[in-house]
Amino acid sequence: MKRQLLGAVAALAIFAGFTVAAEAKTLVYCSEGSPENFNPQINTTGTSFDAAYPVYNRLVEFKPGTTEIMPALADKWDVSDDGLTYTFHLHKGVKFHSVKGFTPTRDFNADDVVATFNRPWKADDPYHNVSGGAYDYFNDMGMADLLKSIDKVDDYTVKFTLNEPNAPFIANLAMDFAAILSKEYMDAMMKAGTPEQVDQVPVGTGPFIFVDYQKDAVIRYKANPDYFRGKQKIDNLVFAITPDATARMAKLQAGECQIAPYPNPADIEKLKADPNLKVEQQEGLNVGYVSMNVTKKPFDDVRVRQAMNMAIDKDAIIKAVFQGAGKPAVNPIPPTIWSYDKDIKPYPYDPAKAKALLAEAGYANGFTTDLWYMPVQRPYNPDAKKIAELIQADLAKLGITAELKSYEWGEYRKRLQAGEHQMGQLGWTGDNGDPDNFMGVLLSCQSAREGGQNLSKWCNKDFSALIDEAKKTSDVAKRTELYEKAQVIFHDDAPWIPIAHSVVYMPMSKKVVGYKVHPLGTHIFEGVDIQE
Amino acid sequence: MLRFLLTRVSLVIPTFFGVVFLAFLLIHLVPGDPVEVRVGERGIDPVRHAKLLHEMGLDRPLSTQFFDYAGQVLRGDLGLSLVTHRPVLDEFLTLFPATFELAFCAMIFATILGLPAGVLAAVRRGSIFDHVVMGASLTGYSMPIFWWGLLLILTFSVNLHWTPVSGRIALDYFFDPVTGLMTVDSLFSDQEGAFRSALSHLILPTVVLGTIPLAVIARMTRSSMLEVLGEDYIRTARAKGLPGWRVISIHALRNALIPVVTVIGLQVGTLMGGAILTETIFSWPGIGKWLVESINRRDYPALQGGVLLIATLVMTVNLLIDLLYGLLDPRIRHRR
Repeated sequence: MKRQLLGAVAALAIFAGFTVAAEAKTLVYCSEGSPENFNPQINTTGTSFDAAYPVYNRLVEFKPGTTEIMPALADKWDVSDDGLTYTFHLHKGVKFHSVKGFTPTRDFNADDVVATFNRPWKADDPYHNVSGGAYDYFNDMGMADLLKSIDKVDDYTVKFTLNEPNAPFIANLAMDFAAILSKEYMDAMMKAGTPEQVDQVPVGTGPFIFVDYQKDAVIRYKANPDYFRGKQKIDNLVFAITPDATARMAKLQAGECQIAPYPNPADIEKLKADPNLKVEQQEGLNVGYVSMNVTKKPFDDVRVRQAMNMAIDKDAIIKAVFQGAGKPAVNPIPPTIWSYDKDIKPYPYDPAKAKALLAEAGYANGFTTDLWYMPVQRPYNPDAKKIAELIQADLAKLGITAELKSYEWGEYRKRLQAGEHQMGQLGWTGDNGDPDNFMGVLLSCQSAREGGQNLSKWCNKDFSALIDEAKKTSDVAKRTELYEKAQVIFHDDAPWIPIAHSVVYMPMSKKVVGYKVHPLGTHIFEGVDIQE
Repeated sequence: MLRFLLTRVSLVIPTFFGVVFLAFLLIHLVPGDPVEVRVGERGIDPVRHAKLLHEMGLDRPLSTQFFDYAGQVLRGDLGLSLVTHRPVLDEFLTLFPATFELAFCAMIFATILGLPAGVLAAVRRGSIFDHVVMGASLTGYSMPIFWWGLLLILTFSVNLHWTPVSGRIALDYFFDPVTGLMTVDSLFSDQEGAFRSALSHLILPTVVLGTIPLAVIARMTRSSMLEVLGEDYIRTARAKGLPGWRVISIHALRNALIPVVTVIGLQVGTLMGGAILTETIFSWPGIGKWLVESINRRDYPALQGGVLLIATLVMTVNLLIDLLYGLLDPRIRHRR
């Protein structure tokens, strides 16, 4: 009797197991737009990067939710003492996807890595001119000049040789443009006379296999059964393309999708109140700031720059302009980047002290300056004109007259980079989570040249020396120490008024588990599950 | 008739070239340097800027660019999309069926509701029904599409769960397009429930896009009917003792319909404008949404091609209506 009962229970359990297994789990993500194509080498927009991300892996990747680097297709890598040679040891047994018209015959190996990087890099590569042949990210990250050679040592070892030491190099390889494509697939499509197919029907090694794309409507993926980090818990991933933010949120609330990005700030409270939803948030990898041109009076005086930092009520700006979707900035890098110095105390909002400092600098009665505002909305600055008006009002209290000025966007940036302004607003969104991508690009002496991105034209030899040193070593602990020192100098010398880091909100169904908001803005579905 | 035809067609030709010229100017009128816009805030050095400008063909004299463009257009080549690198004409033709399906349904909706509403309002002039129709059509006509669409979504999709929020069919169904019309393709797909799903996705966008034409048709029908009802021959018909419904449907409506048909045709332009907003709200993958995305991405060739094709479509429909009208009413073609 007991045995029979046990048998019945076992049979029931197996039956239950079958019915659960038979039900396919589908995660629907309401994406905000159609991708340009499915090859991140030739894309420039986040929307397109998102659509390709589930399909591909890179040699190294960002740990979900952070900007730290972890091994991916490369198990480990060695760096030579001079910092010029990177040897990557590749993961064995990684399978490429099978799609309609292509079935791989071999595992991922060094040939794929070489072929992937040759395409954007070598003008004589057969694939170089396919699909328009613009490799904006590869070029903008300076890869073309940085790379000296890429050699296959053996099937599972690849050696990258650089022209000069470059610590952010590893972080660059975690970026979307460095996704690893299949050489076998590229060759097959070239032979078939349809090379563009590679960019439209992606074949990668990633957690999801591309199934189908209907322009402006839907992208479908299914879980990769042979994924090297293990098969995903969800069986199907669907991008339902929904450009209107209100409709996106309505779909989320109606249960037609489980995750939807980019809500209207005004809707966030309502979404938080919905019992079926949760709203995850993270500070975006960006900074909005006001640059003060140190080559022009009165901003050549550090006391004036410090006074300006104390004269402006940042909290009021965050409240009025960002509507809570922003955090006041202290340092030139956002807190989500490693090496962010938490110990630096922000300048307090203190008009009296600012006035005293101005008097000390010889501007007791104030002065007249221009204040430029951007003609467009950016993630780090939703309304530059409003911010300018608030700053103008704050400065007026100290007797400073600020004249507001703006130009058409392209012209605006050109003139700021030329240093025509006294005070001007701009910002930066990080590319790879490396501190050099902010401090080196925006504040070093090299970029203080006319036309450079250092808008304050602030060349502090000590600061620049620290940045240069940090760029040349790949020891993260040492780099962290150097960047922390640099942030202290930045704070004391105050070439900017850092304003804000925007906050990214990600509303999703409460059933979604394991989704982490990525600081670089990519939407990653690896490891995500739906619990009923 | 031939003379009438030639006059009308010859008027269309300069209009067409005007549109080509405006479409060409788009890229030069829209503020901003296309290269700078393309690279974003990263900034660009002058050498690469010049290279990109050259690649995009924008460093040549304006007149050369225009004649090249016009020549291309006449050969039926609308260029390649900057974003997808596919021919603009192909993209347009793949997406057009979705817009056509929506616009067609909206027109049917507007006509089958608008005509009877207008007729009844005219017949019962001054009644409560008349006031309701007039009031509702005025409200409908001035309703911002964006607000109206979202209001319907919130009511019927989010709160009542009666209709889907957006898209053309539920994501569970998928099949390759044959005609591009979802309602037709879903019937061929032999997937159970696909047709129903396609239909339910059509309801809200149809209502939203059809609202303005509905209002216009109702008002036009009413005033046209009122005019006809005051004519002598109606009085004669009534005096002859014909039943009221016969007078209205045979004698009055037939004559009142002529201007209404013209108005229905003229709504094609309105529909195209409305489709841009409606498709955006409902994620309807048609040309309206495609144009919006092209603007967002500064995909100038797609934008130029789209504007040109829509303008051509509207012009063609208007020409056809003109000709049809001339055919129906000889007084028009003999007017000098």
